Amino acid sequence: MEVTVRIKRYDPEKDGEPWWGEYKVEVDETDRVLDALHYIKWYQDGTLTFRRSCGHGICGSDAMRINGYNRLACKVLIRDVAPVITVEPLLGLPVIKDLVVDMEPFFAHYRAVMPWLINDEPPPPRERLQSPEERELFDDTTKCILCAACTTSCPAFWLRGEYVGPAAIVQAHRFIFDSRDRGAVQRLEILNAPDGVWRCRTIFNCTNACPREIEITKAIAEVKKALIFSRL
Amino acid sequence: MFESLAARTAHQAERSGNFELWAWFFMRVSGVILLLMVLFHLFWMHFVIGVENINFAVVAERWENPLWRIYDLFLLIFAWTHGANGMRYIIEDYVHAPGWRVTLKTVLLLLYFALISMGAYVIFTFRAP
Repeated sequence: MEVTVRIKRYDPEKDGEPWWGEYKVEVDETDRVLDALHYIKWYQDGTLTFRRSCGHGICGSDAMRINGYNRLACKVLIRDVAPVITVEPLLGLPVIKDLVVDMEPFFAHYRAVMPWLINDEPPPPRERLQSPEERELFDDTTKCILCAACTTSCPAFWLRGEYVGPAAIVQAHRFIFDSRDRGAVQRLEILNAPDGVWRCRTIFNCTNACPREIEITKAIAEVKKALIFSRL
Repeated sequence: MFESLAARTAHQAERSGNFELWAWFFMRVSGVILLLMVLFHLFWMHFVIGVENINFAVVAERWENPLWRIYDLFLLIFAWTHGANGMRYIIEDYVHAPGWRVTLKTVLLLLYFALISMGAYVIFTFRAP
């Protein structure tokens, strides 16, 4: 089948303003949007720039705005978005070229929540053991692949880039509720800032955007709850 | 420039204390309370009294009972604090120029205290003629 792919193009060295490129592509309905982008880059316009790595929904490189929703191009089938497919770079991050955005502000927020195990206790002779119930508390948030689809779908983040954003809160949640970690108090303090978890307006865009189907808004609510109960 | 972000967030947390935390908590609690109070208020005014019957005499008679004055005072405080904090959220979200931000928040704060004081003044000092 033939589909029309409309791509928001921008080359800072040539274009003053972003512009819409339109491409007719012959694809199967079971192809992915990523295949259509490949086809355009390989056979129609080699200057088209986008990120992708594994192509199987694990690396999180090809998050972009497809028909108005943040999706991984490698996880969206043509038949679900045809016949006209609109592809834009993620919102809220500076565009470097075409569909490639500067992820640094995103990763800066990620680093701000100290996304590593904090535990100064001497390590036990073998593993730090954990019961299945203890693991269950943060199981959902371990699935994050840092694709930024959630954070860049969040109107609170669009309006104020200083907001730490859903992805960073998910990553903080993954350690705050880990029984082996001892940094919960520090992380909760960081998320208690005005640009921390309280900037969340419970819009649920993040939950809708997540390609890993993490219940992000719920995770944010659990962090808010932990903060409230630590003060009551 | 972004490495300082963690430090800034921590600094911000220290400086602002728990204000946003309590503001958020207040919004939830007052939301639930308001739901009940406003529904009861509407039920009383519309069905028990009837909108067509509301006039000065009805309000004056109602305020003979101090419990109604307390009810109305709490309704005023909860509704206007909840609403004003919602407006503060909107300013925080949408107004980024520091000058405008401070100006609008100051106006909102003054308006908040002015209306709370006026309402409370009437509720406490009203005497039926």
